[in-house]
Amino acid sequence: MLSRTADHLFWMARYIERSENTARMLDVNMSTSLLPQTVEVAEQGWRAMLSISELQAAFDAKYPSLTPRDVLDFMVRDPGNPSSIFCCVQAARENARAVRGVLTTEVWETHNDTWLELLKLLAGGILKRDPSQLFEWVKFRSHLSRGVTIGTMLKDEAFYFTRLGTFLERADNTARIIDVKFHGLGQAEARNGVNGEAADTAAENQLDYYFWAAILRSVSAFEVYRKVYRDVIAPSRVAELLVLRDDMPRSLLACMNEVCLNLEKVRNSRSRETERRAGLLRAELQHGRIEDILQMGLHTFLNAFLERVNDLGGRISQDFLVPLSAA
Amino acid sequence: MLAAKVFDEMHAADGSVRLSYGKYNNWLAEQSGELLNNKRAEADLVFRRVGITFAVYGDDAGTERLIPFDIIPRIIPAAEWRQLEAGLRQRVKALNRFIHDVYHDQNIVRAGKIPADQVLKNSQYRAEMHGVDVASDIYTHIAGIDIVRAGKGEYYVLEDNLRVPSGVSYMLEDRKMMMRLFPELFAKNRVAPVAHYPDLLLENLRSVAPQGVADPTVVLLTPGMYNSAYFEHAFLAQQMGIELVEGQDLFVQDDAVFMRTTRGPHRVDVIYRRVDDDFLDPLAFRPDSTLGVPGLLKAYRAGRVTLANAIGTGLADDKSIYPYVPDMIEFYLGEKPILANVPTFKCRNRDDLAQTLAKLPDLVVKEVHNAGGYGMLVGPAATRAEIEAFRKKIEANPANYIAQPTLALSTCPTFVESGIAPRHIDLRPFVLCGKQVTMVPGGLTRVALRDGSLVVNSSQGGGTKDTWVLE
Repeated sequence: MLSRTADHLFWMARYIERSENTARMLDVNMSTSLLPQTVEVAEQGWRAMLSISELQAAFDAKYPSLTPRDVLDFMVRDPGNPSSIFCCVQAARENARAVRGVLTTEVWETHNDTWLELLKLLAGGILKRDPSQLFEWVKFRSHLSRGVTIGTMLKDEAFYFTRLGTFLERADNTARIIDVKFHGLGQAEARNGVNGEAADTAAENQLDYYFWAAILRSVSAFEVYRKVYRDVIAPSRVAELLVLRDDMPRSLLACMNEVCLNLEKVRNSRSRETERRAGLLRAELQHGRIEDILQMGLHTFLNAFLERVNDLGGRISQDFLVPLSAA
Repeated sequence: MLAAKVFDEMHAADGSVRLSYGKYNNWLAEQSGELLNNKRAEADLVFRRVGITFAVYGDDAGTERLIPFDIIPRIIPAAEWRQLEAGLRQRVKALNRFIHDVYHDQNIVRAGKIPADQVLKNSQYRAEMHGVDVASDIYTHIAGIDIVRAGKGEYYVLEDNLRVPSGVSYMLEDRKMMMRLFPELFAKNRVAPVAHYPDLLLENLRSVAPQGVADPTVVLLTPGMYNSAYFEHAFLAQQMGIELVEGQDLFVQDDAVFMRTTRGPHRVDVIYRRVDDDFLDPLAFRPDSTLGVPGLLKAYRAGRVTLANAIGTGLADDKSIYPYVPDMIEFYLGEKPILANVPTFKCRNRDDLAQTLAKLPDLVVKEVHNAGGYGMLVGPAATRAEIEAFRKKIEANPANYIAQPTLALSTCPTFVESGIAPRHIDLRPFVLCGKQVTMVPGGLTRVALRDGSLVVNSSQGGGTKDTWVLE
């Protein structure tokens, strides 16, 4: 297929996945900010939102101080913030429009409808009235676009590049979500929190519990956790579930499994090195132990993971998407 | 003065319903206004959801608009269509022969049928094409011929569109919509189908591949998603199952054209291009064009790729050439023209000029190299001052103008706000020219939705209707 077509499909999928994960992050922060805590801690939570999306500087340039309302506005409806849900949904739809000929009618109409409906919802003031409902809606539209893709599209290159975009983006986003605590607190505290050693006081302990429970909820894994571990919520197990479990659909390993699978399907004469790197990363997760990861430090591990996912994204562009030269 | 009598497609002068509309009229009489209203709303909803839109330049708020669709069809009796079809075949054949001739021996000029400067000094004449042999000698692979009907019901060709004519996707979508909204009508009337147009088009494009290519790769070249006709480009590519490419997706190496794919370069044999000549190749035409493919003209001249339509066809649909089309038909085919031209004064001739200046308030005067209603005087609608100003322009450069009587376009009942009322229409059949000349029955009917308006253009309040040829 045309490199440009593959590029549009890849980014269509990435943007809709990104909008979903942004909605998930914001939703979890909405709920944790309701916990009894100091103003500073609450503010830290909102800063973390910006920090994990690498948007702190862009936000500060626009707003003199930080209020939850401003962060929500910036992350949801700001047309000047390319990572806002507004911009992601628009970009997904524009990418779909550019290749509507290779999409099924249902896939195109889903993206088109999502965009038109989002405009209506925002104009109706839903963000002020009931942000949680909006986040829920974004999640379901993203579910729908994946479901329609799987349910209607021919399993050919167009499908594989779309899936590749979905899981590469999800790998990135899940890693950022797990890392949110690091961004919210100081590094030492975060490491301690994960090791489960320091939460000195009962209050801190409780806060920690709610925090990790919220992370689980944000990736739809709260019930899954209960089912898998049948135990209280322990940070190290949360990390294990979201990093190493291949049966947990949003875990890093599950994402990498899909990335490798779809990369293999679209293999061309220059993609061998990309496949090797993706395979290596997957193998490390597949055979990795959470103790070793925590020993290294969760944040350090996630940072390295993000760098490698980013490298894969660049390589996929080079191998398949960026126009190949004649030679 | 406007011709007093307007031809109504559905009703004869005495008010009776024409035979071709009989069954439809009986059905219509039984439908309530409310039902029609609901059907129209349903059509709007579907068109918007499916995204059948056209882009409007320089309009931020709604850069995508719907072309209004009218639920009352325009009906052409089979006998009339057969006549039109024969005329269209003849006309497009002659136009194609003409283009080949002017880029080769120029026999028609030598024979004195058309003044040499009309051809050679025409801004649409492409010297780059002189002496170039194109595949199967076909230039006008896809032609859209605009036809109007005047007071007594006689058909005229108003304009030939031989560059990148558009609108065929609306013809197809309008039919699909009518069948969805009113399936019972198609059970009652034997409407000739049009849905196979994409197949005919693909067959046509494959038939004109460069010599020796057994299984040609055909692509559709679009200026991109911000072009006003992008929907149509995407639609046709999808319907034909071919790649929709932009200039950046193609490159030329050793005079061959390739597209960039996820598996490496892939050779391209036929390009159905919806990009104007000027933008096709920055090395040959406008150097600032980012829509084209550097080196494309060279590959084309080497016969390594087919462009549809060919480069340089704009000469044959120029307004200064239009008056000569009947002469072309006689010159190349030795036949009498089946379809009439609108009588046209060529102001470069002294007699024609005198007549034009004498009747200026009754005439439509057009500037020759312009398209889209620019540089035009509509006498009956102009003020005396405008007419006098235009008179000076004509006198200063007569060769730059042609003049025609103001035609009373036929009307067809149309469902508008106030109910069912007559509105002016035209017709654009699409003629495919490859190893054979083919077309689907009918074409795109455009309708001027404003009362009294003669402007059917979609950017100025025009809509479309489904067009039925009744078998």
